[in-house]
Amino acid sequence: MVSTSIDRPDVFHDIAGTEIDVVERPLTAWQRIYDNGAVRKTVLLVVLALIWEVYARALGNPLLFPTFTDTLAALLSAIVSLELPEAAAYTLSLLIKGYLAGLAIAGVLTAFASVSRIGADLLQTLTAMFNPLPSIALLPLALIWFGLGDASVIFVLIHAVLWAVALNTFSGFRALSPTLKMVGRNYGLSSTGYIVWILIPGAFPSILTGLKVGWAFAWRTLIAAELVFGVSSGSGGLGWYVFENKNQLLIPEVFAGLLTVILFGLFVENIVFKTIEAKTVQRWGMAS
Amino acid sequence: MYSRRVSSDRQCASPHHCDSAQLTSSVNATSATEPLLSVRGVTLRYHTKDHLITATYRVSFDVLESDRFVLLGPSGCGKSTLLKAVGGYMQPVEGEMLLNGARIAEPGPDRAFVFQEFDQLLPWKTVRDNICFALTASGKLQRRDAVDRAMHYIDKVGLTKFAANFPHTLSGGMKQRVAIARAMASEPDILLMDEPFAALDALTRERMQAELLQLWEETRFTVLFVTHSIPEAIRIGNRILLLSAHPGQAKAEINCPGIDEVDAEGKPLSDRIQEMLFDRIVQQGEPENG
Ligand SMILES: Nc1ncnc2c1ncn2[C@@H]1O[C@H](COP(=O)(O)OP(=O)(O)OP(=O)(O)O)[C@@H](O)[C@H]1O
Ligand SMILES: [Mg+2]
Repeated sequence: MVSTSIDRPDVFHDIAGTEIDVVERPLTAWQRIYDNGAVRKTVLLVVLALIWEVYARALGNPLLFPTFTDTLAALLSAIVSLELPEAAAYTLSLLIKGYLAGLAIAGVLTAFASVSRIGADLLQTLTAMFNPLPSIALLPLALIWFGLGDASVIFVLIHAVLWAVALNTFSGFRALSPTLKMVGRNYGLSSTGYIVWILIPGAFPSILTGLKVGWAFAWRTLIAAELVFGVSSGSGGLGWYVFENKNQLLIPEVFAGLLTVILFGLFVENIVFKTIEAKTVQRWGMAS
Repeated sequence: MYSRRVSSDRQCASPHHCDSAQLTSSVNATSATEPLLSVRGVTLRYHTKDHLITATYRVSFDVLESDRFVLLGPSGCGKSTLLKAVGGYMQPVEGEMLLNGARIAEPGPDRAFVFQEFDQLLPWKTVRDNICFALTASGKLQRRDAVDRAMHYIDKVGLTKFAANFPHTLSGGMKQRVAIARAMASEPDILLMDEPFAALDALTRERMQAELLQLWEETRFTVLFVTHSIPEAIRIGNRILLLSAHPGQAKAEINCPGIDEVDAEGKPLSDRIQEMLFDRIVQQGEPENG
């Protein structure tokens, strides 16, 4: 109202020419290094290792807290003697068996849930019941049912993987856009073809989430099972390696074992799954 | 009510599309009595949790070969629902739908869809593979032939440079072009388009309409085209079915010259359609809408 009565003239500005000091300039080497996440994290790791070394030396009690260099030495000699690689391979073989079995059962359950309402109800109820139950809590029961040995461990691994994968896959199928489903049904595919070529790739972002969560559960469960119930079999995996060395008070070896567990977990979570993600979900622009 | 006269009298009603109409009718001289798609007294209903919703009520129309048949009506009148039923995604509770004389029972590659949504392409396949997959999935073509045909249609919609791109790297208009190429590449009996240009900006929409007409000139496909825009209906269609507001009932079925023609009383076609659709006062001498 008031503004209409104020007379504002048109204004024209001169655009700055050459006097702008930086229009475009490459970053300095230092800026570029600092921008690189991997470099920053490596520096952090080196600093942490230094703190570890200094603290352990000051403490001077290798039974409680060995130095970083001792741990590295133990790690190297355990690798050279093949003790650690064998333990890791054993753990890995168990993990793969349990993981694949879990995936297979999750597949069956999801397929059942996708074709019938009862199946969907069953999946949701079972997931609600069992998902909050830490897998390791089932180990005592599994030991009674299946005895000491791999079967018990695989049983808890299946439990660790199954619910996360089944639930995520199923909700991925559900969330798939109705348009895409209609397009898929228009192609004259068989029902298996429809699941394999439309539903699974369409739900892949949530399936991948399920796989990651399932992996994380399984890995932690497995190490815990080996550690606490390491007795379960004569030859042992990584958890067993840690457990044994603790019994013999070989603390640097304990640290080396733990380090291996960390490194392996990092490898799968940050390299294997990241690569899969980059090759699929990100390439397709489906990353959420 | 609407009389049979108009639908049987489908010869060249306009100077504009005269030649094409003649061409169509001569091509179909033998099948002129047999419509490609015949929808007879179709009622479609949705079951929701606590309602039974009638989307369309006793709708009838015939689509002949090489028709650009437009379903026009206000939002919510059941145009998409009708198209879905023709696609075989839902069954009528009353009436029947025949494609080439056979009842439509389920979705199939003899009909191809173009939707309004941009997410109708498979995100995990490149532009080329999206089209190839539509051809190989049904076992219609071998992979190599499919690639050739896909590239041909990609070229037709002017996206050759983007054949290896994933859909998420394309603009909305480009995605719609791919969807059109995909639908045309499968060379269906009938193309079903549900407001394919509605989500585009005005300029792009205009261009896409022109391109669609150009493609039609080249291949003379049959298309059933849904829109709620009167200008778009007039531009695209050679025949327009007007549907009343919810629940959708057929109000009129008219020929369309392709331009907003002014009739003897000086009233443009778009105004007449507007009046028929929204039942505003019909003025004296208004043609057969009584
Ligand atoms: N999945 C559904 N479940 C229940 N009711 C539905 C469903 N889809 C549509 N309807 C109802 O059916 C009627 C027709 O819907 P439809 O989507 O066919 O309209 P439309 O003519 O395509 O409208 P628009 O131009 O807005 O797309 C509407 O009243 C709508 O509420
Ligand atoms: Mg619609």
